[in-house]
Amino acid sequence: MIGFGKSSWVTLAIMAILLVLPMVFYWNGNTFYLSLATRLTILAIAAVSLNLVLGYGGLISFGHAAYIGFGAYAVGIPTYHVFYGGAEGIATTNGLFQFGVAVGISALFALITGAISLRTKGVYFIMITMAFAQMAYYMFLSIEEYGGDDGLVIEVRSKLPLVDLDNPMELFVLSYVSLVVAMLMVRTIIHSRFGMVLQGAKGNNERMVTLGYNSYLYRLVAFTISGAMCGFAGALMGNFSSFISPEMMAWSRSGELMFMVILGGTATTLGPVLGSAVFIVVEEFMSSYTVYWHLPFGLMLIGIVLFVRGGLMGLLVGKGR
Amino acid sequence: MAALLEVRNLCKSFGGVAATDGVDLDVLTGELHAIIGPNGAGKTTLITQLSGAQKPDSGRIRFKGHGITRMPAYTRAKAGITRSFQITSLVLDMSVLDNVALAVQAHDGHSFRFLKPARKIAHIRDTARDWLQQVGLGDRVDAPTSELSHGEHRLMEIAIALASGAELMLLDEPMAGLGPDESARMVTFLKGIKGTKTILLIEHDMDAVFALADRISVLVYGKIIATGTPDEIRANADVRHAYLGEE
Repeated sequence: MIGFGKSSWVTLAIMAILLVLPMVFYWNGNTFYLSLATRLTILAIAAVSLNLVLGYGGLISFGHAAYIGFGAYAVGIPTYHVFYGGAEGIATTNGLFQFGVAVGISALFALITGAISLRTKGVYFIMITMAFAQMAYYMFLSIEEYGGDDGLVIEVRSKLPLVDLDNPMELFVLSYVSLVVAMLMVRTIIHSRFGMVLQGAKGNNERMVTLGYNSYLYRLVAFTISGAMCGFAGALMGNFSSFISPEMMAWSRSGELMFMVILGGTATTLGPVLGSAVFIVVEEFMSSYTVYWHLPFGLMLIGIVLFVRGGLMGLLVGKGR
Repeated sequence: MAALLEVRNLCKSFGGVAATDGVDLDVLTGELHAIIGPNGAGKTTLITQLSGAQKPDSGRIRFKGHGITRMPAYTRAKAGITRSFQITSLVLDMSVLDNVALAVQAHDGHSFRFLKPARKIAHIRDTARDWLQQVGLGDRVDAPTSELSHGEHRLMEIAIALASGAELMLLDEPMAGLGPDESARMVTFLKGIKGTKTILLIEHDMDAVFALADRISVLVYGKIIATGTPDEIRANADVRHAYLGEE
């Protein structure tokens, strides 16, 4: 494996806390924190996936919430048809099918929109990824059968072998394990030859092209992997909230994912998880005091971006990687 | 000797300005061919068209007998053309060794490999280390690229060009911004590799050019006005008039 520095120990410690703390609360009869931790964990998977392109690829995708939507609808729509008929071919509560569709559709959407978006750079890339995500948002908004802007209640959770998602503890453990797998996947990818090219293109694309790398293809593959991973998080999110609405895909949600990654520390293994944790905690506790809870979050983000190199992760382990 | 690179009637304009105006050029296998010319003569524009970063308006470029005029830059690099940059172009947030390793990796099969840590692949790392040793940066391999001096960055550019295994190196002012000592070191180094690679050198430093080049082409306002050995160029009246500024 990769060498064990200070950041690795911090990562292990935080991940251990994230696993144990909600369980302790749960076994003491407090289910609230387990639910909070589950949501955090699922959003963290999305943030980790975004970090692959944003942090390591330098590709600022402003449309990652769309994949959460695809993933959740991939659970919601087959389940809807089980209860209300129609679309025999896809009507099922089979979790393997639903998660498979979630990942597949997300990968496909990322591949197609990425192929177009990656022809642009900088601000244009940000805008075009947002535009594609908004197209998906308006598409689901306009489908009356699946509730339009009222959203769709997911009547039963995915049926998976081995785990029962109706059990909050099992849903949490599945989400947590998925998060760890996602983190390890991204970590493995970025240290591979592929990852070196991706990071090289972030630092100096002209140089990579001059060396003979078609960096466009490398970025497209990274973008597709990231979308697929985020779609998986969406399928978990659908199961967690038992409800999906187009609002989950809106551009502001994509912005929140970006906040999490940047606040936590881009191009770090733990950063996106830290960012999601802070986001969830601030949202949960500040929103009970004020509807303006975004304000302290925004101020914190500005402070971190201006004064700390490398986000919260930089604050914890010092600058550098 | 056969021409490794043939350029015929190459033209490129920006607005009304003809930066490259009907350039014919042959770079022979194994030679060190220098291109000199006053500022704004279109030297860098020529290099960018040869490397593929810009497309010419008209004309042909052949490399090893194959037309490459419309070939994208990354395919040309794979075919064996590499360039260094007048303004240093490195991945600053990676280590010195990582930068050179990426050049080695580029011609070590495809890089759609996702599992094995790239920094643990011994033959890539060792080859990269060897090239850095050769340019005299052996003790700087693990430093972050951003911490190296300008002179060291110029040497890195050369190490990367060499490590990319290209047959044809387009060197765009490798001495730019170097002090006299560093320049001398660079000239010595280029003399050492001369003959092992075909080199097209753009350079302002006339002492360096006349010391290194087998042949020299003089580019003025996008046109090659003379090509010949250093002695022929020195004696050429047009060149003296247009460039060296002597009557």
